[in-house]
Amino acid sequence: PHAGSVESKNEATMSELVPEPRQKPAVPMKPMGINTSLLGYIGIDTIIEQMRKKTMKTGFDFNIMVVGQSGLGKSTLVNTLFKSQVSRKSSGWNREEKIPKTVEIKAIGHVIEEGGVKMKLTVIDTPGFGDQINNENCWEPIEKYINEQYEKFLKEEVNIARKKRIPDTRVHCCLYFISPTGHSLRPLDLEFMKHLSKVVNIIPVIAKADTMTLEEKTEFKQRVRKELEVNGIEFYPQKEFDEDLEDKTENDKIRQESMPFAVVGSDKEYQVNGKRVLGRKTPWGIIEVENLNHCEFALLRDFVIRTHLQDLKEVTHNIHYETYRAKRLNGNGGLPPMTVETEENHESNL
Amino acid sequence: QQPAQFTNPETPGYVGFANLPNQVHRKSVKKGFEFTLMVVGESGLGKSTLINSLFLTDLYPERIIPGAADKIERTVQIEASTVEIEERGVKLRLTVVDTPGYGDAINCRDCFKTIISYIDEQFERYLHDESGLNRRHIVDNRVHCCFYFISPFGHGLKPLDVEFMKAIHNKVNIVPVIAKADTLSLKERERLKRRILDEIEEHGIKIYHLPDAESDEDEDFKEQTRLLKASIPFCVVGSNQLIEAKGKKVRGRLYPWGVVEVENPEHNDFLKLRTMLITHMQDLQEVTQDLHYENFRSERLKRGTRKIEDEEVNKDQILLEKEAEVR
Repeated sequence: PHAGSVESKNEATMSELVPEPRQKPAVPMKPMGINTSLLGYIGIDTIIEQMRKKTMKTGFDFNIMVVGQSGLGKSTLVNTLFKSQVSRKSSGWNREEKIPKTVEIKAIGHVIEEGGVKMKLTVIDTPGFGDQINNENCWEPIEKYINEQYEKFLKEEVNIARKKRIPDTRVHCCLYFISPTGHSLRPLDLEFMKHLSKVVNIIPVIAKADTMTLEEKTEFKQRVRKELEVNGIEFYPQKEFDEDLEDKTENDKIRQESMPFAVVGSDKEYQVNGKRVLGRKTPWGIIEVENLNHCEFALLRDFVIRTHLQDLKEVTHNIHYETYRAKRLNGNGGLPPMTVETEENHESNL
Repeated sequence: QQPAQFTNPETPGYVGFANLPNQVHRKSVKKGFEFTLMVVGESGLGKSTLINSLFLTDLYPERIIPGAADKIERTVQIEASTVEIEERGVKLRLTVVDTPGYGDAINCRDCFKTIISYIDEQFERYLHDESGLNRRHIVDNRVHCCFYFISPFGHGLKPLDVEFMKAIHNKVNIVPVIAKADTLSLKERERLKRRILDEIEEHGIKIYHLPDAESDEDEDFKEQTRLLKASIPFCVVGSNQLIEAKGKKVRGRLYPWGVVEVENPEHNDFLKLRTMLITHMQDLQEVTQDLHYENFRSERLKRGTRKIEDEEVNKDQILLEKEAEVR
């Protein structure tokens, strides 16, 4: 197929795990020809419109995880992103809430609708991460949770009588919150991202960016980018999954200039120049969350929601999930082990 | 929980995920679309001409039509041709699976074994690929739709038609088509259609059912769907020859008594057939995936044994085991 040359590059890193299939023609196929002499209009382009309508009707799932030390504004940011009280800290939460002794995984689901499109949004919060005295391996419960969702999906997929639409609880996007120290990443940041960038799409964000001036912000971002590169951390959008030149150009710009996004979150509104805006009020001025001169929240929002939402899901399904699946099949000599199921309808070919 | 509603994109409450269908759209346009159409019917019923007319192409450029003597020894062949059609930036990879030899033999008893094996093989191959390690390049060669050609010269379905359709109606979407409709008057067509529909019901044959238009579609679309459903089986005329008629160039057939226009809805159901196919391409694929393929898959997995006759499948099994050993 014509896209063959681009895709083979993408699989350089996966080739050890997942062997290339051999071509298997079913019957002698006559050579393909490109038709250039259409005498009229058939209507093939309407198929795409049908698919579009279908997507609108069926709605979609989106699962976003937030990771970072407590107090970095994770819950507030998620509420700001979706303009709803969707995090575990809905309006009126108790700020004296105790930090848990271990990392907890809290998933909260909401159905939100916009422009006729329904989204089943699940926000997965990870309170307790990085808050202990000894934070060794504190990413393990998170990695476990992510893999458990892949396992759930895999089990349903290999079922003999399987559901038409497999419920998707896999984590499509993980926002990692970097503390705005102005110096560099912390060892925990590196360890977490090193481990998890291989199983989930990680988008690093610099939290509470209103504590840095413009110069400090630019310098810090550059330093963080450098550190991520030096440590071989592939955050989303990963270079190896750029599908074509158009994607690469667009994503290169994001990777090399915009990321990590320095954000400010807020769910409070103030009046600025006659408009109601989301912001933070300080004695020296109002920080407008959606003002690109103040912070990069709008860039993050557009990136995650307005342009790359579908791609986040596709990379999760086609890359991360497939890698997990291949590992599961390989690790058992080519066949997954027998599962012991008590429910009748969970016959499978595992 | 109440779903939060944000309507106007310019209001402060706008998040922007309503743009998701456009993102999906963009990816679909880039990826293009694949479709496999099987064509079954006796020789000379106008199958090739119709396919060429439907897709405005010439799928059979070097065609040699065998004489009767050559056909005596012929068994049913399976011939797949693939063509890439692009329209307004949208690519369609269409595979037409032809079945020459069907219905030609004096004794047609084994006529459809080859065809059924082919359909099953595609399911088997897909099942195998889907269960494999590398699923990035799965090719979907499953038959999404089968046009079954009924002769316009008879009085309805022939025994072979009934037997064949019953043998494949649980494996593929059947769309019955009456070609060479210009041999029938309008009254004769109505009579034939009604007769065929009665016989289909009488024998419990399951043909592809167009889904009803959804309640939120516009009236035009609903009316179009009603009209399409009422016209099955479609009575069509195929042709790629341009004839001058009423001052315009039209595709049609020139007779001493007039011109039969392919794209004239008063002359035949060609446009209806094409509309039905295009507007239901996605549904045909979905029914193939969700119904026919899943049926095949659950039957197959329940049986649990691999076909010993299929050498290639065996080779893959050995390869998988070898790889596991190496690890």
